[in-house]
Amino acid sequence: MQERLIERAKELLADGTVVRVLGWQQGDLGYNPEPAYFNGPEELEGFVYDGFCGANLSKYMIQAGKLEGKSLVFLKPCDTYSFNQLIKEHRVNRDKTYIIGVGCKGTLDIDKVKNAGIKGIESISQEGDVLKIKTIYGEKEFPFEDALLERCTVCKGKTHQIYDELIGAEEGQEAGPLGNRFEMVEKLEAMSPEERFAFWQNELSKCIRCNACRNVCPACSCLKCVFDSNQFDSAQKANADTFEEQMFHIIRAFHVAGRCTDCGECSRVCPQGIPLHLLNRKFIKDINEFYGEYQAGEDTDSRAPLTDFTFEDAEPGIVTERGGKH
Amino acid sequence: MDTCTCGKSHKHEIPQGDTFMSGKNGQIKEMLIPLIGVITDIRTETPDVKTFRVVGRDGKKLFEHMPGQCAMVSVPGVGEAMFSITSSPTNKEFQEFSIKRCGSLTDVLHGMNPGDEITVRGPYGNAFPVETALKGQNLLFIAGGIGLAPLRSVINYVLDNRENYGTVEILYGSRSADDLVQLEEIQQVWCKTPGVDVYLTIDREQEGWDGHVGFVPSYLKEIGFTTDKTVLVCGPPIMIKFVLAGLTEMGFTKEQIYTTLELRMKCGIGKCGRCNIGSKYVCKDGPVFRFDEIDELPPEY
Amino acid sequence: MYQIAKNRLPELFAAIAKEQDLFLPIRKCDQANYGLWSEEVQVDLDTLKTVKSGKDCFFPQSETLYSCKKEDGKLSLDPAKLTEEPFVVFGMRACDVQGLKVLDHVFLKDPVDSFYAARREHGTVVALACHEPEETCFCKVFGIDAAEPAADVAAWMIGEALYWKPLTGKGETLTGMVKEFLTETEERAVEEEQAQIRTIIEKLPYSHLDLSRFKPENTMDLFDDSRWEEMYQPCLACGTCTFVCPTCQCYDIKDFNTGDGVQRYRCWDSCMYSDFTMMAHGNMRTSQMQRFRQRFMHKLVYYPANNEGMYSCVGCGRCVSKCPASLNIVKVIKKLGGEA
Repeated sequence: MQERLIERAKELLADGTVVRVLGWQQGDLGYNPEPAYFNGPEELEGFVYDGFCGANLSKYMIQAGKLEGKSLVFLKPCDTYSFNQLIKEHRVNRDKTYIIGVGCKGTLDIDKVKNAGIKGIESISQEGDVLKIKTIYGEKEFPFEDALLERCTVCKGKTHQIYDELIGAEEGQEAGPLGNRFEMVEKLEAMSPEERFAFWQNELSKCIRCNACRNVCPACSCLKCVFDSNQFDSAQKANADTFEEQMFHIIRAFHVAGRCTDCGECSRVCPQGIPLHLLNRKFIKDINEFYGEYQAGEDTDSRAPLTDFTFEDAEPGIVTERGGKH
Repeated sequence: MDTCTCGKSHKHEIPQGDTFMSGKNGQIKEMLIPLIGVITDIRTETPDVKTFRVVGRDGKKLFEHMPGQCAMVSVPGVGEAMFSITSSPTNKEFQEFSIKRCGSLTDVLHGMNPGDEITVRGPYGNAFPVETALKGQNLLFIAGGIGLAPLRSVINYVLDNRENYGTVEILYGSRSADDLVQLEEIQQVWCKTPGVDVYLTIDREQEGWDGHVGFVPSYLKEIGFTTDKTVLVCGPPIMIKFVLAGLTEMGFTKEQIYTTLELRMKCGIGKCGRCNIGSKYVCKDGPVFRFDEIDELPPEY
Repeated sequence: MYQIAKNRLPELFAAIAKEQDLFLPIRKCDQANYGLWSEEVQVDLDTLKTVKSGKDCFFPQSETLYSCKKEDGKLSLDPAKLTEEPFVVFGMRACDVQGLKVLDHVFLKDPVDSFYAARREHGTVVALACHEPEETCFCKVFGIDAAEPAADVAAWMIGEALYWKPLTGKGETLTGMVKEFLTETEERAVEEEQAQIRTIIEKLPYSHLDLSRFKPENTMDLFDDSRWEEMYQPCLACGTCTFVCPTCQCYDIKDFNTGDGVQRYRCWDSCMYSDFTMMAHGNMRTSQMQRFRQRFMHKLVYYPANNEGMYSCVGCGRCVSKCPASLNIVKVIKKLGGEA
């Protein structure tokens, strides 16, 4: 598919449809491609599209939209939800974007491979259901499915929500139920408050406040984040104490509630492997239960449950019924 | 926040040896720990500049400094920032800071009264080379607005050691007559000192002002100084840029001109990293630079 | 040279911890980070790279400098106590130990940072040789020998035994303290392992990076290089690279209002953050390109200019594996490092 994408990008550059291409550039380790702008056909030699192109390019389109001319961007099915949501929030310029929806068979988590004790990786290739890994310590194999990012084990399906054209979409991954994405949320809900507190305290105690989760998040598109304001006590960049830590992530989860498409970038980039997506999924699950099924980014014009009012809306009573307190 | 990160509760004591202790107030001799300063006098200089006189609790000067050096002034709970010490070291009684109101810390400082306490640590940075390169030289001081603050320290030092220096000329300009800092001292002391020429200017015409009107760089060219001098320039970046161009046109070389750089600072001792430009730390290696030294730095100031 | 059976390490750790605080890599929620040893923790000596380096045992991410109270208009300051009890950090790698030397050149230079100095004075470092170096490692580029870490005690984990070699006075003292667990052995015992480590390192993809262009005299050429503009673009402006880095030492000083006074603390900061150089009247680095350039220029050019050519990178490779956008210092070195 990579060759088809490069060919098509060259055509679109040549016929003047776009002036630049936003895609992924081949890294030097076989698993570390980086998001990149390609400004001409010769630069596209470094273009790559494989299982390690997990990065969701939607957020980069906020900046790209401010550049001169139209940009081509490659979006995987789940990335298109983020792009739609950004259109809804008036953060990206649809008119200056040409979207090629690319098929996706699932994106990979190199840490899962490394955590299985595979070290000194020289190259990785896929053969059927297996990753063939050449390492300094010999050849290894690893099941493709076991290397999938968590979000891909509960894939939203191969349908692109927005695009100008599709390439390879037919090869994409079928929608679940590969797994129930709320399984862990349900487990957490079933815990006692003390157990749940301990779970999050343990996870969040690892946080180094690097802000990677925030900066990668397509829903975090504020020009100036409240956590960067010196006028406000939340502006602690260090983990001053555990309370501060929890506030950072909880405030962030509240802020993206109803807007989070569950793209999973926060958990993908967290250097400490904190399952941040679980906070967002709890909100999604509650919204679904209170207001009916809702998927942020499915469209560009519907009113989101938390910014809409209907007479059927859940009243505080429903929270009480579930055992919550006013 | 734990004060100790070892995770165990046990007793920590401050070592009593010379390494960490200085005599004063039993303070740790750690540059990040400040002294307590008492504001004894506040002068309103302009609508947005006040000069604060500060001493220690014992009524004496907090520390010795040299002209051009700075100190970290703080209101705990509000913030801490670097200010140049505007009083001359020849003043043995107190130190002064002329502070322009432009942010949260300076807002709070401007609301303070004599008797209030702040914290001060320093002195930081290098100084103008008053005892070396400047000695015996004719001096030309050029300042704009609050830029007079660091130069005032040098000017008063020079006037108090008059015999060590040649001619002294001072060119000072501001937005308006109300924005001229230290006007009383300029008129009552500097203007009346023999061998000192003072040139004042304001940006726009103003009622009651019969002095020169015009920007500092253009006044500089009008006066047309001879190049047998060393120049000390302080002011807003745009003024410095045009003054430098003017001086160059007049035949001055970069080796004859000194200025100060101003960057965000937190530690004051060349460690926290934010005032780093090239291999220099402005808080430690500056704030005073000669123009040919600045030319060697990446242009990030 | 001494040795101890691997299965007796828990006893060794317990014995050290009885006398001193013992920090070592602990596995918690699937990640290895340095933490205080206790019987309950899961020690992890197999993970080559802890997420954060052991840097924070000496320069913690956040520490109070002093507390301040105001009563009847009078301020009182209470400086934080300095570390004065000895402690042990076990399991650092050669690159991280070199990282401490990089920090020493900053914090122990006059004026000395007494908080850091007190920890360095009281900390004993036991460093582990890297049994299986990884593809992200490039310590060799900076002249570091992962087969013989230069700490207070060098240690090797070979098969079912840990080999232990004190290198400094502090190392000897610690060795004396735990002598009952150690048996004497020949230096030869680790030679084969060392040779093997060095052979692997020779073959690593990043072991032969060219640093020749990173010299003080090339400062302006490198600063003005147009390729920064291409390289920075994927950068998300987060602080991951900074916070996992064993040599990054930038910090912020902030106030924490406890409701009963103010704690002035310092915390790690990142030159990648937009507010790093923000002043009341402006910012000298307004674009992410400038901030990105600053971080790498500092590590590869500015720091060496002030420290006899010593680079402020130790090749630990944490940024290589942790950057959310797969950017890192290796990509910068590859692009700018060779003769232009």
